Amino acid sequence: MALDRWIGLILLGIFAAYGYAAWFTMDGSLAPFMQRNPIWPSTFPKVLSVMGIIVGLIIVLGLEKSDKPREENPSVIVYRQLKEFKLGQAGLLLGLMVAYALLLRPAGFIIATVGFLVMGSVILGERRWITMIVVAGIATGVVWYLVQVVLGIFLRPLPAFMGV
Amino acid sequence: MLEGILIGLQTAFSLQNLLMVIGGCLIGTFIGMLPGLGPMSIIAIMIPVAISLGDPSAALILLAGVYYGAIFGGSTSSILLNAPGVAGTVATSFDGYPMARDGKAGKALTIAAIASFCGGSIGAILLMIFAPMLSSVALLFHSAEYFALMVVGLSAIAAFAGTGQVAKAIMMTLLGLIMATVGEGALFNMPRFTMGLMDLQSGFAFITLAMAMFALPEALYLVMDPSRSKTGQSGDIKDLRITKDEAKSIAPVVGRQSLQGFFIGVLPGAGATIASFLGYAVERNIAPEKEKQEFGKGSVKGLAAPETANNAACTGSFVPLLTLGIPGSGTTAILLGALIALNVTPGPRLMVDDPQIFWAVIISMYIGNLILLILNLPLIPYIAKILAVPRNFLIPFILFFTLMGAYIGQNNATELLLLVGFGICATILRFADYPLAPLLIGFILGGMLEDNFSRSMQLYDGISFIWERPMTLGLLVIACLLVILPSYRARRARARAAGVADGD
Repeated sequence: MALDRWIGLILLGIFAAYGYAAWFTMDGSLAPFMQRNPIWPSTFPKVLSVMGIIVGLIIVLGLEKSDKPREENPSVIVYRQLKEFKLGQAGLLLGLMVAYALLLRPAGFIIATVGFLVMGSVILGERRWITMIVVAGIATGVVWYLVQVVLGIFLRPLPAFMGV
Repeated sequence: MLEGILIGLQTAFSLQNLLMVIGGCLIGTFIGMLPGLGPMSIIAIMIPVAISLGDPSAALILLAGVYYGAIFGGSTSSILLNAPGVAGTVATSFDGYPMARDGKAGKALTIAAIASFCGGSIGAILLMIFAPMLSSVALLFHSAEYFALMVVGLSAIAAFAGTGQVAKAIMMTLLGLIMATVGEGALFNMPRFTMGLMDLQSGFAFITLAMAMFALPEALYLVMDPSRSKTGQSGDIKDLRITKDEAKSIAPVVGRQSLQGFFIGVLPGAGATIASFLGYAVERNIAPEKEKQEFGKGSVKGLAAPETANNAACTGSFVPLLTLGIPGSGTTAILLGALIALNVTPGPRLMVDDPQIFWAVIISMYIGNLILLILNLPLIPYIAKILAVPRNFLIPFILFFTLMGAYIGQNNATELLLLVGFGICATILRFADYPLAPLLIGFILGGMLEDNFSRSMQLYDGISFIWERPMTLGLLVIACLLVILPSYRARRARARAAGVADGD
């Protein structure tokens, strides 16, 4: 089974769970006066879940066929090329983004951002340390100034323990 | 209308807004030139900035400037590197790149800029004529018609997704719609589908979703597939002038494609990509035999046609956004999200309630096009230097701006984790050839769709509004036809082809 149909199956599962919540669990807590309304909070979700399940089945069962092979479209990535892709780098960068999300508050904007930009370049294979640190430092300063001073949104610049 | 134009002029020519449009065009050109980053990613990244401006006209003017700039930038990288940043400029590279290879890069860029300028300006005039007409009709609509109209819009987007793709596009739209139901709705005052998580109480943030759907997958693709980010020196760009004969030969092309592109752009879901390919095909077919041979080898007509058409279509796509409040493309969906965040509801009331926003946007389209022509064109040789920035530096920055955008919008670090999670899902969906724009459009329209649906249900005490209001019924029938027809026709064509193969 092709990847798109597997994903169709997962989406079908999501719609089934959503539909279960809409049809069977949501209405239990509905106040009696709201039950007289023609529309309940679960009405629209019920409609969506039914449609989602129907369309999901169409995809999973492969009822709609494409008449041109996807390889013809240059902008589409064929997932069979996946082996040639640098998945490791992408994974590391995603990990770095998660680390940034977790460190942004405790470590402060400046340390977290300089670290992120330098580590990002390192992951991609850059080894010109001085250039990286200078570029990252300037960019961090400029962005911090723009966000904090120009846009007026608070960004803690230094680590939490330093009190700022 | 004259009064409106005057208000628009007054707003658009304020110093702040002029700076916005200039800044937007430059930023858009700058980033749009980077292969792999399309207008949607750039606008998504710029949204937090636009929203924090606080002034809806300025925000929309900035974003529209970015949009135009990005498309112009995309054409530049198509011409110079044969690396279109967006699908809408793929047709530009057919003739633009051969011209650049012949050492006529400067001329190709000038033709692209002039064609874009004409397409955009003529589009803006048409917008001025048609938008008020459409919005006066739309004022007659009730919530039932609005509901039906949104269903038509969403189905049209799915229908234009192409053969074999309709089910996937509908699936993505529905996924967007169910994501919109998460959190506390306006009508019911009770949290839905939050799974008990406090962070989901207010629903998913639109900016996070926009970043995760467009900017992050693009950046990840650049990482995974280094051949996608063709950066490098683009050679010297000189001699920007075009001859009188060339101008004469492209004039009719520009005229035709401005009209055609605009009307294609108005259709929901069609947009710049279809307009540019169709424009190219039409011009090739009607060209005299001798010129037809030139197409694909550096024909000026072949370059002017898609460039005019895609800009006119971009302008056209503002018609449903401004008059009905229904976005026809991913980009206008993002603009709609930004407007809602600024407490402006686009739709027929926009012209009545906030005429300055409506007209200022239209006027700033002219200004934006003018700026692209007189400011960006001479600067192109310098702006093109950005193509030489090594990707090792570029990619961390793109990722950083994505993170910053989501963070500034919500001021919440959990949002960043959501961004990464959604970004991974979006990348996988793109691998499997699921279109992502319908998801975002569904998400943005979801709230309005449900509100209008609920209101009609309440007014008519049930679903009888569907058959008691002829216009609603008609629109819903159109929506069904839009979804069913492409599959039906494909099936019939296949059946016929199979019959022929059997010796029928």
